[in-house]
Order: sequence, then C-alpha cells, then structure tokens
Amino acid sequence: MPERLYTTIDGNEAAARIAYKVNEVIAIYPITPASPMGEWADEWASGAKLNLWGTVPQVIEMQSEGGAAGAIHGALQTGSLATTFTASQGLLLMIPNMYKIAGELTSTVFHIAARSLAAQGLSIFGDHSDVMAARATGWVMLASASVQEAHDFALIAHAATLQARLPFIHFFDGFRTSHEIARIELIPDEVIRAMLREDLIEAHRSRGLSPDHPFIRGTAQNPDVYFQARETVNPFYNVCPDIVQATMDQFAALTGRQYKLFEYHGAPDAERVIVVIGSGGEVAHETVDYLNAHGEKVGLLKVRLYRPFDMSRFIDALPATTRSIAVLDRTKEPGSAGEPLYVDCITALHEHGRFTTMPRVVGGRYGLSSKEFTPAMVKAVYDNLAQETPKNHFTVGINDDVSHSSLDFDPDFSVEPESVVRAVFYGLGADGTVGANKNSIKIIGENTENYAQGYFVYDSKKSGSMTVSHLRFGPNPIRSSYLISQANLVACHQPGFLERYEMFNEVMPGGTFLLNTSFGPDEIWSQLPRSAQEHIIEKRLKFYVIDALKVARESGMAGRINVPMQVCFFAISGVLPREEAIGAIKGAIEKTYGKKGEEIVAKNLEAVDRTLENLFEVQVPESISSVIPMQPAVAGHAPEFVQNVLGQMIARKGDLLPVSALPIDGTYPSGTTQWEKRNLAEEIPVWDPNICIQCGKCAMVCPHAVIRIKAYDPAVLADAPATFKAVDARDTEWSGLKYTIQVAPEDCTGCSLCVDVCPAKNKSAVAFKAINMRPQPPIREQERENWEFFTQIPELDRRFIKTSSIRQQQVQQPLFEFSGACAGCGETPYIKLITQLFGDHTVVANATGCSSIYGGNLPTTPWSKNAQGRGPAWANSLFEDNAEFGLGMRVSLDKQAEIARELLEKVAPALDGELVTSLLNAVQRDEAGIHDQRERVAILKDKLNSIDSPDARRLLGVADALVRRDVWIIGGDGWAYDIGFGGLDHVLASGRNVNILVMDTEVYSNTGGQQSKATPRAAVAKFAAGGKPAGKKDLGLIAMSYGNVYVAQVAMGAKDEHTLRAILEAEAYDGPSLIIAYSHCIAHGIDMGKAMRNQKAVVDSGQWLLYRYNPDRGEQGENPMILDSRPPKIPVKDFLRMENRFKMLELSKPEASRQLFAEAQQDVNTRWALYEYLASRSHKPTDGSAH
Amino acid sequence: MDISTTYLGMKLRSPLVCSASPLSEQVSNIKRMEDAGAGAVVLFSLFEEQIRREREALDHHLSYGTESFAEALSYFPEPDQYHAGPDQYLELIRKAKAVVDIPVIASLNGSSIGGWTRFARRMEEAGADALELNVYYIPTDPLLTSLMVERTYLDILTAVKSAVKIPVAMKLSPFFSNMGHMAKQLDDGGVDALVLFNRFYQPDIDLETLEVKPHVLLSTEAALRLPLTWIGILYGRIKANMAATSGVHSGTDAVKLILAGANVTMMTSALLHNGIDYIKSVEAGLREWMDKHEYESVTQMRGSVSQMHAEDPSAFERAQYMRALTSYRPAFNRW
Repeated sequence: MPERLYTTIDGNEAAARIAYKVNEVIAIYPITPASPMGEWADEWASGAKLNLWGTVPQVIEMQSEGGAAGAIHGALQTGSLATTFTASQGLLLMIPNMYKIAGELTSTVFHIAARSLAAQGLSIFGDHSDVMAARATGWVMLASASVQEAHDFALIAHAATLQARLPFIHFFDGFRTSHEIARIELIPDEVIRAMLREDLIEAHRSRGLSPDHPFIRGTAQNPDVYFQARETVNPFYNVCPDIVQATMDQFAALTGRQYKLFEYHGAPDAERVIVVIGSGGEVAHETVDYLNAHGEKVGLLKVRLYRPFDMSRFIDALPATTRSIAVLDRTKEPGSAGEPLYVDCITALHEHGRFTTMPRVVGGRYGLSSKEFTPAMVKAVYDNLAQETPKNHFTVGINDDVSHSSLDFDPDFSVEPESVVRAVFYGLGADGTVGANKNSIKIIGENTENYAQGYFVYDSKKSGSMTVSHLRFGPNPIRSSYLISQANLVACHQPGFLERYEMFNEVMPGGTFLLNTSFGPDEIWSQLPRSAQEHIIEKRLKFYVIDALKVARESGMAGRINVPMQVCFFAISGVLPREEAIGAIKGAIEKTYGKKGEEIVAKNLEAVDRTLENLFEVQVPESISSVIPMQPAVAGHAPEFVQNVLGQMIARKGDLLPVSALPIDGTYPSGTTQWEKRNLAEEIPVWDPNICIQCGKCAMVCPHAVIRIKAYDPAVLADAPATFKAVDARDTEWSGLKYTIQVAPEDCTGCSLCVDVCPAKNKSAVAFKAINMRPQPPIREQERENWEFFTQIPELDRRFIKTSSIRQQQVQQPLFEFSGACAGCGETPYIKLITQLFGDHTVVANATGCSSIYGGNLPTTPWSKNAQGRGPAWANSLFEDNAEFGLGMRVSLDKQAEIARELLEKVAPALDGELVTSLLNAVQRDEAGIHDQRERVAILKDKLNSIDSPDARRLLGVADALVRRDVWIIGGDGWAYDIGFGGLDHVLASGRNVNILVMDTEVYSNTGGQQSKATPRAAVAKFAAGGKPAGKKDLGLIAMSYGNVYVAQVAMGAKDEHTLRAILEAEAYDGPSLIIAYSHCIAHGIDMGKAMRNQKAVVDSGQWLLYRYNPDRGEQGENPMILDSRPPKIPVKDFLRMENRFKMLELSKPEASRQLFAEAQQDVNTRWALYEYLASRSHKPTDGSAH
Repeated sequence: MDISTTYLGMKLRSPLVCSASPLSEQVSNIKRMEDAGAGAVVLFSLFEEQIRREREALDHHLSYGTESFAEALSYFPEPDQYHAGPDQYLELIRKAKAVVDIPVIASLNGSSIGGWTRFARRMEEAGADALELNVYYIPTDPLLTSLMVERTYLDILTAVKSAVKIPVAMKLSPFFSNMGHMAKQLDDGGVDALVLFNRFYQPDIDLETLEVKPHVLLSTEAALRLPLTWIGILYGRIKANMAATSGVHSGTDAVKLILAGANVTMMTSALLHNGIDYIKSVEAGLREWMDKHEYESVTQMRGSVSQMHAEDPSAFERAQYMRALTSYRPAFNRW
C-alpha cells in the first residue's frame, strides 16, 4: 500500500480533486454551495495542472446549469470523460439532459453539493430536495456522508460509471459536508490509476460520435417501440449495485477503507434501527455508540447507494432482530405517501419476506435547509421507536405545533467525547476569524496525529455580519456533523457581540472564555453585561482578554485580528505545546503569504510575536456587579410580528420558533429592516449645514438609504431636539421652508461614499466637506433622537417635487432602506432611486442574486412603504426566469386594468358619468395624474359599495388596477447577460411596457465573483483566473436592434443627472425599457468608500459609455441615439490599474496582461467609433415608400 | 574625434546617457537607445515603497470582504504566484543585458536600509553593470536636523557599498545646507559617482477641485544651470565621477556640462519630447561644437571651464549672482 498522505480540506475540494484528475472536459456554472468545485477546476486548469493522464482538462463556463448539462452531454457523446458540479435549482435545470444521458447509457459523474429547493422561500443550505427531485432520471445516486467519503466516493463513482454504463450523481450534504474542513487521507495517483480501467475508458470513447464510423443516436420513436426500447436498459440497472460494491471492494483493497452499499452499524441484535442517507448518518453513528455503551441495543443503516435501490442488500444489512425502523429523509414531498427513502424501505420490506414478523416502519423528516441534526434528535428518534405506537411521518429538530408531527428532544443531551477539544469562535465577517480558524485546523491536522474538523456559520447579511466557527480536534475520526454545544473554549472576537448575542450557553462548566477587547484584565469585568458575569462565575470559567486590534494595528495589519486571535487560541487551548504552535503558525504564515511578499509575511510574524505579551488572564471576582443589560433584538415599539418572529431570528433563536409562528405561503411584511438596529459603523457621516450647498448627492449615492433629506415647514421645528440641525432651504422654489440632512446613525454601515462625493468643501480647510465622518458611539444617542424626530416630519407633497432636479428629487422618500448589502454597494443606489421616484405604484420582479439576497433574505427586509401604506410590492421567482416573471406581472396587471375598464363601462349607468369618463381617460404621466386617479378610484370604490350587482362587486376587486402600475424587472448581469438572456430577449421583443434594470457588476457577485459575459476583457475573475480573454457583450446594442426598446447605459458615479434622466425617460417610455447600470462591486477589488471615482474613471476611459437610445425621438424624426459620454480622456490602462481585478493580472501574468490591456484599449477605440457613428447619423423615418 | 568617456569605472562610447525614465520600461526602447548612440542607459527606478504598497494592496483586496457571507467566501481566484515585487524589474535587467552592449545601470529607490541592500544585491545578481541610488526623500519633519538628513544618505551608501561589488552612483537633490560638504562626505564614503540633480516631484493645486495633484514637470534647458554650477564647483575636489542630469536638450547643453566637469550628461525630457532617436541630434550637436572649436576628445574638454580651471572662478560664486541681478534689465519697459 502506498504511503499515506493526509491533508486538511473541505468536501468540495475533496470531490473536485478527484473529478479534475479523472476528466477531460469540465463544464461549470456557479451555484451555492457547489461553486467552489468549479472554481477549483478553473484555477487548476489556469495553472496548467495536469490530470491523471498528463493533460490539462478543458474547463468551460456555461451560461446556465442547463447549458452545462448540454455541453457535458455533447462532450460525452463525442467520447470524452466529462463532468460538472452543481446543486439545487442548478440540478433541476440539468434534469432534461440527465434523462437523455441515462437513456443513452452514458458514463459520467455529476458531483452535487445537495441543497434545498426554492419553495416558500429560497435557501442556500443543505438537504436532499434537489437530488431527490432527480431520482427519476435513471441516474445512479451515490451519497457521501463526510469529507473523506466525498473524496473516496468521487473516485468510486468515476470508476463504477465506466463499468456500469450508467451516469452517477455523486452527492454530499451542502455546507455540512461541502464546506466542512476536515483532515482526510488523500488517494494517491497510483490508486486512482488502478481504479480506472483503460479498456473501459477506451470503450467509452469508442461509443462516441465519429464520422469515421457514423451512426445516429437520439432518434424520435413511436408508440410501436418506445416502450420496449425503454425497457432495454434494465439489465444495466440490475447489475449496477454489484458493480458499485465490487468497486468499493477494490477501493478497500487499495486503501484500506471499506464501504458497503448499505452499511449497518450498531448492536448486532438491535431491535430499533434508523435508516439514513448522508452526513446525518455520522451523527447517528456517534449516537449509536454512545447509547449502546449506555446499555441500549440500537442500530443504524447508512444508505450509500440510493439508486438503483438494491432491495435485497438493504434487507440483508438489517439485523434479524430488527423490530422497528425509522427511515429519515432530508427532504419533503408534500402530499406523498411518504418521503422517498421511506417509501423505498417499505417496498423492500414488503417485497422481500426475510422477516417473519414485519418490522414496524416509520418515516420522518429532519435537517431541511441545514437544520441542525444532533445526537439529541437521533435519541428522540430511537425513543420514538421504543413507543408502543411510534409517531409516523414525524419531523425532528423543529417544533411543529400545527400538524403536531415533531418529536420532542432534550437539547441538553450530548455525546461529545472528552477526548475531543471543542472551540467556538464568534467573529465579525471579514475580520480574519474564519481564515485564522481554517489555518489552525490545517496546522493541527498536518502537524499532529489529531483529526480535525472545522465548520463555519455565516450571517445572511453581506455587511457587518457575524461568523461562528466550530472547531473540533481529537485522536479519532470526528463524526460530529453538528454544531458544538458544549465547548471547552469560546472566543469572542468582537466585544460588541457580548451585548447582542447569547454565547455562554455553548461553553461547558470549567471551560475557557477568551475576549478580544480594548479593556485590560483589571478593567474588563465592569464592562461586561450582567448575564456574562453570571455565566462566567456560575460556570467557573477561565477568562482571558487580548487587545487584538491593538496588536494588529501595531503590526501594520489594520483591523485584521486573525493572527493574534489564532496565537491566543493555541496559547490557551494547549492543543500543541506553545513553542511548537508558534513555530507552526509562523510556518503557515510564510507558506500562505510568501508569494505576496516579504513585507506581508513580516507584519504577520510581528503580530505573532506581539500577541503573547498582550494576552492576560482575568482574575474573576466572586460577585456579580454589572447592571449592563443585553440589548433587545428589536425596539420595544416594533410590530408584534417583528418582535415575536423576526426578532427571534435576529437574536439567533429562530430555531426555536414553532411552525405556527411562520407565514404559511412565504409572505412577509414590508419594511422590516428599520427595526433591526445593527450599529455597524465605527464612524458615521455628520452634516455641516454651513458648508452644504444642498445638492442632494450624498443622499443619492447612499447605498443603505441612511442619509435622508427633507424640506419642510419651519413650524415643525418647535418640538425639535436640541441638537437637531436645520437651515433655510436654498432652492428658490422652496423659499420659506427649512432643510435638513439627517443620518440614521444605527443603520449606517460607515462606507463613506457620501463624504467622497460631497462637492462642497470647507473654505478654510478643504479636507472638510459638508458631510464628514465622525465616531459613532459618542453621538449615537443624540442622533438616534434626531433621527426619530426627523422621521416624524411630514414628507413634501410629491406632486410638487421637480423630479428632474437631483436637489429636489432627493427629498422623495426611499422605499428601499437599510438593506443587508455590502458597505458601499454599487447596486442599491439605483434601486433606491427607483423606489423614490415610482415606489408607491411599482411591482418588482427580482432575479435571484445579490439583489434578491440583500433585498429578500430574512430576518428583515428593506423593501418598505410610505405613510399612506404604499410601496413597492416585491417578489423573486428564480434566477433564470426573471424577465418572464416580470412580463407575466405586466400582462396580468394590464389584463386586470382591462377588466376594470370593461366592468366600469358595464356599471357606468349606475355611476356619475363624469367620474367614469375621467377614470377611463385619465392621463397618469406624473405624480399629479396618479394622485388624481387614486382619488377617483377611491370615490368609485365608495360608490360601488352601495351598488348591489355582481359586476359592481367584481369591479371592486380590480378597481385599484385603474391606477398606473409600473413593473420593474431587476437583476444582475449573471441573470441578464447569461442565464436569463433568452427570456430577457423575449421580453424586450414583446413590446410590453416593462422597465428593466440590469445592475451590471460585471461578475456573478452573489456567488463570489465568477465571470459572466458582462465581464470585461482582461479582468481576473473566478472561472477566468487567467484574465478574461474575450470582450464584454454589448447588451445595449443587442436591445437597440429591436428599434422599439428604450435603452440607456448609466453610471451614477460618473454623471448622476444622467442616471436620473435615463430612469425617468425609461419609466415614461410606453414600451420595454432597459437600463444597464454600472455597479461597482466588492468583487472588483476596489476601495468601496471611493468607488464612485472608479465609476467616473471607467467612463472617462471610454470603457463604459453613457448613452440613451429613445425610440420616441425616432418617432419625432430625430436620431434616437444620444451619446452622453465625452470622448475618452484617459487611457483605459489608467482605469484598469485602479482595480485589483485587472491589476492582479499584471501581477500574476504580466505577459498576458500587456496583451489583454492593449486589446482592452482597442475595444474602447472600436466601441467609441461605433457609438459615435450611431449618435451622429441623420435619422430619417421610413414611410414605407422607399422601396 | 573621440567622444568616449569614463563613468563608474567603465569606458563609454559617448557621454550621452539616457537617465531613468519610463522609456526604459521596454527592452525594445533600450535597444533603440543603444542604436541611437547612447553611451549607457539608466533603467527606470525601482521603488521599494511602491512594491510594498502594491503587495499590501493586493493582500488587502484579496482578503477584503472574504469569509463573511456564505455564498461568497472569497471574490478572487488565488493564482499560484505573483510577480508583485522586483521580479519584473530584474527580468528587465537580464533582457536588456542580453540585447545591448552598452552598460545597463539599474536605479533603485529604497524605503528601508534592508530594502536598499536586498534589492541592490538582486540587481547586481541580475547583471546590472552599476547601480544608481535614487535617494528620493523629502524631509517633512521639522524636527529632523540637516545632520540627520545627511546621515541618512551616508548610511544608505555605506550599506549598499558593503552589499554589492559593482560601482554605485548616487542621485541627489541640491537641497543641502552645503552641497559641497555633502558631496565630499559621500566621496569619502566611497561613492563612485554623483548624479546631479534629482528632479523632485512638486505637486500642483487643481483650482477647480482644490485637490493637490501630482504633476510632473519636464525639464527645460534652464534647468541645467543648477547641475552646471555644482559640477563646476566640485570638479577636481572629489574623486567620484559626476553625471549631469536635468536640462540637457541639445548638443551644446551637453558641451557646457562637460566643460564644467561632467563625465556624462543624462537626458530624459528631451527624449520624451523628441523621441529616442533625438540622441543622434544631440551627439551631432556635440560633435559640431567640438569640431568647430577644435576639441579632439571629451576627456580634453572635461572640466576645462570648472571653477578650478575657469578664467574667473568667482563667477561660480555669489559675486556672479549680484552682478547678474544688478545687470538685469527687463526685455521691455512695462511701465
């Protein structure tokens, strides 16, 4: 047997390593949580890493998962070894091809990080809903339960598929396995080679299409033979389990790791048995050991090969003593006789009469969307089986107080062995905590004989989020696929969390608590919340403090506290001898940062050396002295639903919410972010009214709508707080009004975009502007009061606001506020602007992506409403269908308006004729028109209430449709340029009055920056690790080709008036309109606080053109095209060098960058010439007689 | 006519040397410099500070916002290697050495003693014939004494001289209390040549944005007076060679500086304006003057009008300044 090689990686990498080695063509498309597999493949190919046969696989990104499946189908049909990776909706899009691939008996493996499907809500987390939806395709389904298995089964699947001639789904649990980091044994190349038979590969190749020996495959078949032909494959399914088991046996002979299709673990004479697929089996395994050691006789059957379901092997694997079985499914099939595995088990038991007494079988659901599945829940399942009448079709892990399906469990039940060191770390997103912990796991996994496991829980917000790291180390393989509830060490890397989150429940008595704080060991006690003091004393915790921020800053590492916190962990935990640990950390630093330069290494090393002198044990007093309370999750005056439901989620207690607490159909109230005060910003903008010129730019760019402007009657100020600022409004049309710019202090993320765009400078010291960043804590209370007062000031009457002037327009109330977007987000200012202008009569179709996440991820959501209760009505369908989804809304709303008009005419005799005429002929081009129509509708509804006729009652139901309804279809470039392009194109061609906003970040931002067809040439992105060689697709030009589509390309940071004008024109245009909005993004590698400068530079360089194509101008005999950009005034290289996405190509591939940068300049020159031509053409409308 | 000269212990075919500029970023330009008759080429400056900042920016952007949001744990692929650092510069030295015969002088601006010596050593290893230390340093701290400033220069020189065997030139600014004393100290410290003078970045103010803007001022012919003054004064008083830089726009400009005592005259602005081939015109101008004035060699010319050899040595001193002022008349009467 070859030498054993160990490494510490996650499940995605474990599977991808094998997939890359044994394939020739790899089609990829990003989807959480499978994206990293594609990213690894692309990175390796970009680095010319060879596969098993000494060649670099072709890695190609497709426009959708459907495209990836099609490409793989083609690759397979021409004899290549091919694979892809996906999850969730992506797998659903592959299903049509999967039927074909299986029907054609084709060898391939798709690796799936199994994930929930979008139903009442989307979830990125793990369960088996996706793979179970694909179970009818005829694919073999092989399930891995751990990172080691993800590695091993990837190979077993690739080996077996060649022999079986059936395609394999190799799946493992999304996040729980795909993102768990564990120490695993690597499979050496010689083992991989031994597992893959060359003759079978040759046979696979020879079945491919070739004009040298042509045939046709994929015929259309008729009733006479289709059925019989469908049955030809049966023998292949019949022998497949034997092939997979034989492959597993061969693998065991080569590696020593033996797997079975159905693997029983537990008491040989067990009476109660759980049957389960995936990582839940590891939890059950651990629990079975514990229970049997404590006198129980229970067993567990792990299902590895789910399809073809080998009924006899299943039956044989059960102990003869089995009396009751609980089959656990990690999916839900509403309306079925039971979930899939349960039904299969029943069928097997029914068909195979091994048991004289048929065991009692119950089925249950667990772990949907990565819901925790713990030993306590496993025990609850066994306890249920011990009942005389066990609950069937149960759920476990939740409190189902509606259907009463759930099993009770004891949350304090734990089976964690003492030999395992367990540590939990609370960090602020991006502060380095997770990276440090991943590093620690590697150090321990690779420097000691210990097994190591790391799992990371992230927040749903993109800015200022909390991360929780769960680390385990121990002498035996770790099967604990669940979060740590009894930790030896809990570390809080962000002191502010102490008042907001309960984190002491997870530390065991006598354990250790480590706090990063600026307070020293003698000062900290009095700063702790009361509950923290209680826990520390009651649990007799050892308590350490470190000022990691100080160490980081003094070492030149800004706010990244990863190194000091890592050093503290090793110093306190004793997992390694201190000196050895320090040496290992330093070694890891040199390995990780060496290629980035010695300075980076040096400052990290300095941080290591500085840490220990700043780490102190706190002498814990005997008594509790603090009166500092825990902060409530939401304010006391929040609505009941927000307090009782959303507030629980905010407080990290969402797991405790019963079924009855949740909306039945995924409907949630608008405007709930206002109740979640996150206090993220260390500094917030403060207005200086003496300098301010009242231009409104600060409010316009604010991504989180925390800067608000109002012009109002001075009388309002009578009740103003003492520090509330107000000055005379400068706009001549607002003479006599007061003017205030107010910041929402607890909602600001501190991005500072507002300060950067402020054009007004202090005449005595130009470093100061009309808005300046100041520390938040000292002014929090005062500004909270000011904000509360400000929100009570009445809004200006919308009818009298000149929306074409930014100064006036910006007093319109944003109806999109305090989202979870990144600090400094480049997308949200556009959305916010649209909600200000049209929000009270808009319906929004939002493509899945960043905007659907910061716009619709629980607990709180930013789409809000005004004082009249009106606001944007928002929905998300899918990623790929958003344009169609929006078009459907348009058609529907138009139909409802048509029905209303038809009914109005029918009911007209009973109504005031003038009212009817006005309603039918209303012009609703502006706020006043809409306002008047609303008033007419109100009168109409009032009158209809007194008319007793079916038509009147029907009209009441649709009368609101007589008021103008805008449809905004919004999404990112991944949707518009790639996966949704076909639909977008169709919607543009439809001629219907929809407004489409494409927030073009030039990458798939939400999944971590993969290239799209919007990615410009030379940009480094995931899936374009070597720099994108192709130019950006010109979506606007394509849209213009229809002639009747309003098209504008805008960049708010370059010309905000232009953005405003284009949005107004687009909305006013009676037909499809498309706005392509340049949206800077964290994935560009830029200073987000100065990102509007990047927008200006991208326009100045000509890389992004500003224009408006308005078909209405064409109707008037003018050229519809107006080029609003000036000729490029800086070389494109000057812009490219401002952004890491381009800059890193210079640093990683200098030769390629020279070539691609030059081509990028050529792109600009060519595009400019084309657009200049388009804008300068004389336009003569054709009258049809020119022929 | 022999226009060869010696500089940094090397015999150059011409005293016309291309000074550090963006032109030398490409090997093809360096070849064109040689073809146009340059005696040597000084490569553009490698700035340690810039390298450090680039690396830090790269590290920052690769880690910024990562490990925070479950769907996007990072935003960039991680290449196997980066060329963030001196690699590209060292590669340029190697390539230049491979294609030209004239000496290739590497130029370095360090920001730490460790950086100066580390990069100097690597430049020597890459094949540089000599080093030019571009001490680009503006003391903004009012508590820093002139002695401390001078010490900084001497420390850098000592460190680099002990790190490399190839000749070392030092490019200076004129802003010392006593330029002559500074030059003498460096001479005593073993500097092989002084390059006079550095053109410091002098920012400008944008009157619309009220921002301080970087603004590169290319030299004019008038700029040669300052190097001419100090080369003329220092000639014969120090052992080190002297290179005149700033203000060389024509053959006669080169003549003046050589007469004052320069071993070589360096050009950047003139080449940025007129193209690399302009060296030929300058050489022609030099030769024309020498021919007309019957000089046989540059060596013969060198230092012949220095303070040591000039008819009126006081012309290099303050007396000349007073005379110049009192004799000044505006070109036309404004009043």
